[in-house]
Amino acid sequence: MKIELNHLARMEGHANLVVDAVDGAIKECRLDVVESPRFFEEILKGRHYSDVAPIAARICGVCSVSHTLVSLAATEQALGVVVSDQTRGLRRLLSHGENMQSHLLHLFFMAAPDYLGVSSLTELARDRRELVSRALRLKKTANDLVRVVGGRAVHPATTCVGGFSVLPGVAELQEVRRNLVAALADLEETVALFADFEIPWMARETEYICLRTEQGYPGLDGDLFSSEGVSCPVARFETMISEYHQPHSNAKFARATRENFMVGPLARYKNAGEHLSSMAKKVAEALGLNRTTVNPFEANYARLVEVVHFLESSVHLIDGLLLKGLKPESVWVPPVGGKGAAAVEAPRGLLFHSYAYDEKGRIESADCVIPTAQNLGNIEADLHHLAPSLLHLPRTEMARHLEMLVRAYDPCISCSTHLMKIDFV
Amino acid sequence: MKKRIGFFDFTGCEGCQLTVLNLEEQWLELIELVEVAAFREILADTGEALDIAFVEGSVGHPQEVRRLEETRSRCEVLVALGSCADNAGINALSHFCEPQRLAYSAYGREVEGIEKTLPRPLSCFVKVDARLPGCPVDGEEFLQLLQALLVGRTPELPTYSVCVECKLGEYPCTFDQGTVCLGPVTRAGCHALCIAGGDRCRGCRGLVDNPRSHPYRQILEEHGLTVEDILSEFRIFNLPPEKS
Repeated sequence: MKIELNHLARMEGHANLVVDAVDGAIKECRLDVVESPRFFEEILKGRHYSDVAPIAARICGVCSVSHTLVSLAATEQALGVVVSDQTRGLRRLLSHGENMQSHLLHLFFMAAPDYLGVSSLTELARDRRELVSRALRLKKTANDLVRVVGGRAVHPATTCVGGFSVLPGVAELQEVRRNLVAALADLEETVALFADFEIPWMARETEYICLRTEQGYPGLDGDLFSSEGVSCPVARFETMISEYHQPHSNAKFARATRENFMVGPLARYKNAGEHLSSMAKKVAEALGLNRTTVNPFEANYARLVEVVHFLESSVHLIDGLLLKGLKPESVWVPPVGGKGAAAVEAPRGLLFHSYAYDEKGRIESADCVIPTAQNLGNIEADLHHLAPSLLHLPRTEMARHLEMLVRAYDPCISCSTHLMKIDFV
Repeated sequence: MKKRIGFFDFTGCEGCQLTVLNLEEQWLELIELVEVAAFREILADTGEALDIAFVEGSVGHPQEVRRLEETRSRCEVLVALGSCADNAGINALSHFCEPQRLAYSAYGREVEGIEKTLPRPLSCFVKVDARLPGCPVDGEEFLQLLQALLVGRTPELPTYSVCVECKLGEYPCTFDQGTVCLGPVTRAGCHALCIAGGDRCRGCRGLVDNPRSHPYRQILEEHGLTVEDILSEFRIFNLPPEKS
């Protein structure tokens, strides 16, 4: 029996799922990536530092904020630019906004239809209009936060090396804050909705990796941390995580202590759940999520728990920023070159960029390691683990289950800096 | 009967489709006016004939060319959605790199004929009926274009430059801060959003119809820029015709 699903729906980017079973045994089970290459690391070469983040942002529309923030941080590291507390606060706010944007898009538009038995959320626009309106309202709140701080909901325009070129307006931030607080009622309904979903059962322990600091939930700072008990500074990323080629695919895979590992909401929750807001912890409890889970399908619960945490944290951040008062800052960039590396927690997990600049502030080399590249090996290992238990099911049912598993990772193949499989003619 | 529309994505970041989804309440109204029959990011494709196909991303790989031809054959009107579809967008930059170095950076080996698979605009492969430039597109402009197509009017893009919108927004001129800006030669329609954000224009919406004419040239000359300087800057988001 061979199952081939081309261009999986409700995912970012294009991938094909191939499963081949012979006599009740899985012969082949893999996720192929089918986008033509964009070569971001190469096209960044020679670009002036002021162009680097705007170009890197275009790696992905869904996590353009994360690519921008990690790109700026790597450039600032390289050039020796130190940013202010105000900039750090605004960047965290922007990052929270993007994580909420992406998680809500995934939860409602990509994951929920599987559990509601429809092919798309828009199908419910007539019969369950309140649910659809709620989804759009929540997503709008997150989009507005990114727009107010970043100048645009996709591909920010106000961010620059050293800080912000334009600061958000006080009145606009206050309105965002009001909407965030008002969104709590919608979130409560959402938690109730997801608590009713029957999340498939599967258990496969793996290595979980995220950023970690003593102060709070993983975000823009800290060291790399693995559930295997090892950690290292971000600058030594390659000593902990190595990329490798698989014979069947030109897509790169990654490994750390074990053969594969997971990054993303579930990894963050498992490694640093103690830093979640009290409300988020209560939501985890209501969803029956706990930190010993080894079920990859529960990533959706972790996503929802994070939305609650980021929302609460955003309200506090706005309060802190407004209390101190936003002040215009002059941004000075030293006329030097150098090397720098940075990592942030993007919605799908650890995102790493490292750059080398010449004395004129132009990029000599760039390296970008995206979360989905790190997750790919783990996704395939999970597929191998789950598929044998589904062989008794009709082909379409089996395919649906496997597709749901892939989707639980919210893989983002648009970020195809390293994810390419091509047949050259 | 409701018009059937579809969204298709090729090589790109999906930021344009996301911008359409970000219309939020207007999206809810939109799906009452038209039937969204294909949109891979949020629903499975039914494969039926369409009135309008919005296509995001550029095309390079032979498989993508075939899929684009299929898409073309099932729709009445095909719209290039965003810079990548319209003019190769940010993907254009790969055309100005050494092909073997591109291959090395991705595969660690030399690959023959890599330039043949580099991302190109849709119009290199199929007939494009309408275009909506921008990286990403502007949501309101998308609605205007859709409205025009639904009532059978030919969609029009602004013929003036981003400078006009920048002046209307009363933003300080980027040139006055000593920074090169493509506002004078770039097609308007974005409300000078990047300049409002304190950045400069990098030309994601493509050239105005006649960029060399007075007074653009005068502005460029006043600031010591040659047309060549501008074109090299312009290549961040645009593939020149000889490369397409």
